Amino acid sequence: MVRFLIRRVLLGIFVLWVVSMAVFYLFFGLNKSGPNAVASRICGKQCTTQQINAVKTRLHLNAPLPKQYWYFLFGYPGKDDPNGLPRNHGILHGDLGYSYVNQQSVNTTIKQSFPITLSLAVGSAVLWLAMGLASGILSAIRPRSLLDRTFTFLALFFYSMPTFVLGVLLLLLLFYQLTVHGVSWFPAGGYVNLTDNPAEWARHMLLPWFTLAAVTSAAYTRLTRGSMLDVLGEDYIRTARAKGLTERRVVFRHGLRAALTPIVTQFGIDLGTLLGGAIITEQVFNLPGLGFQAVRAITSNDLPIIIGVVVIATTAIVLANLVIDILYAVLDPRVRLH
Amino acid sequence: MTVGDIVSATPVSEEGPLNVGPEGAKKIEGRSPWRLAFERLRRDKAALISMIVIVLIVVVAIIAPVFKHLTGHPPNQQYFDTGLTPDGLPRGPTGTFVLGTDDLGRDILVRLAYGARISLLVGVVATFLTVAIGTLVGLAAGYFGKIVDTVLARLIDVMLSIPFLLFAISLASVFQTGLKIVIIVLAIFGWSSVARIVRGQVLSIREREYVEAARSMGAGSWRIMLIDILPNVIAPIIVYTTLLIPVSIVGEATLSFLGVGVQPPTADWGQMIADAQTSNAVEHAWWFLVFPSVALLITTLAFNIFGDGVRDAFDPRSDRVFR
Repeated sequence: MVRFLIRRVLLGIFVLWVVSMAVFYLFFGLNKSGPNAVASRICGKQCTTQQINAVKTRLHLNAPLPKQYWYFLFGYPGKDDPNGLPRNHGILHGDLGYSYVNQQSVNTTIKQSFPITLSLAVGSAVLWLAMGLASGILSAIRPRSLLDRTFTFLALFFYSMPTFVLGVLLLLLLFYQLTVHGVSWFPAGGYVNLTDNPAEWARHMLLPWFTLAAVTSAAYTRLTRGSMLDVLGEDYIRTARAKGLTERRVVFRHGLRAALTPIVTQFGIDLGTLLGGAIITEQVFNLPGLGFQAVRAITSNDLPIIIGVVVIATTAIVLANLVIDILYAVLDPRVRLH
Repeated sequence: MTVGDIVSATPVSEEGPLNVGPEGAKKIEGRSPWRLAFERLRRDKAALISMIVIVLIVVVAIIAPVFKHLTGHPPNQQYFDTGLTPDGLPRGPTGTFVLGTDDLGRDILVRLAYGARISLLVGVVATFLTVAIGTLVGLAAGYFGKIVDTVLARLIDVMLSIPFLLFAISLASVFQTGLKIVIIVLAIFGWSSVARIVRGQVLSIREREYVEAARSMGAGSWRIMLIDILPNVIAPIIVYTTLLIPVSIVGEATLSFLGVGVQPPTADWGQMIADAQTSNAVEHAWWFLVFPSVALLITTLAFNIFGDGVRDAFDPRSDRVFR
């Protein structure tokens, strides 16, 4: 178990390293026209040559690429310029740098955005697990029934539904149309802090939660149904029934537990991905979470924010994968880690 | 009564010699797995209907210029006088503008038809590129094993842990946005799941006797991979391909919706939905948001139902999700 964990952690670090190189290369290395092009991209369209030169000096863009990457990891040399941007102390020192656009620390931006993404991801995860598991189990215990067919169709319908389409249609129906008729149950979007006003927080999160949960739970309905049907056909389920256990106990204790393995995998991947920013949902509902910040940074060439979000998002996925592997062994006694 | 008739009258799961009557038994002939799969698909009503829908969408995409000629409205032409109300709001569905106009007075029907071209083009091209790369990598990893497999398997792991959408928009923004980069981005981030499936299949097939026989006769690695192994993993590849097409279509629409895909004024479904959502006119003019959304939804739904049908046809044991 310990050896397995060490190997997985090393693999996770390796992934993070590759991703950090990829992002860095994408923005600093791929531009063939050299440091000038990179600097003017960072500086913006209306920069003077002087400003571009200042950017080049500050970010050491004339240094060889591996050296620049070193700075990027361990911090830029020299002292802080009291008038200009603070010096980046390097990702490995926990400093994600400063925004090129508003000079704010990326760490601060991420600290402010993460709770929003977290609210969205956790809230919808509860919803989609409940919807997906319930419909999947009900379908599996009565396969081919009307209920099963209904759930199956709904699952396929929402599975085919692009997230942003569901989001904008819900907004059109429940915000625009209701507002035109004088009912304002749902806001157009935006975020209210949980600590400021819990009721408003929930009211603002309701549509985003539902949007994300509906499109995600479809996969869980299909997965749960398939997995449960497989497991319910196993010999030990027949044994459990034969020794007189109640059907409820057979389904939940013996069936669901073994059927959960693929669901846990999927859940880990989904939650891990979302914790790095539910880009589309945040965009549609105007929630300034990590994904929203990333999209805004991408359109305004704010590299430190993009890199910061990418690093956080990858870490979330890597951690989620690690947790899944550990949960495997807990859930299914047949699995032995080595 | 032919064997085909008898078989087609029986449910899939009960198919087998037991169901063939005495007069049918004489006529039994070997049927290839392909033929069996095709026959199963032909009996799947949902799959058939979805295929008809797909064909219709393809036809609409092909004859998009006909819509232009019939209505006399080019897709990017803005009709400020006839296409907008005196208040400057989009016009609802009428005789001239069958599905209404958008906030710039453009004909939504014509734009939808032209948008179908982009969706289908990206769906098909990106999917084939994805599957081609994934198959090659999966074949190489599974067949060569050892160090090649270790390196490629790690690469697959890394690709699967990358926040896809975030990287995709970064990539699309660093390069010139457009159709080509959308297709490349979708392929770059899609091949790893295909490779993982193919690799798993190849690992088991590699040890079969006929592969050993081919090797002992002096066949080269690539020959064994392409002639002996590939045909035996083609079924899962085909299934995955059909299920990947709607994923690619949604991927393109999403990138365009986020503003890093196909650029305006090109008619594109994701772009049209983004236009409508950001426009203030949408609360008075539902149609220019709803029609592109419905078009996208119908397309992905049809492809997904068809894909499920193809999967069931190739693997009748698999649970039928939709019938």
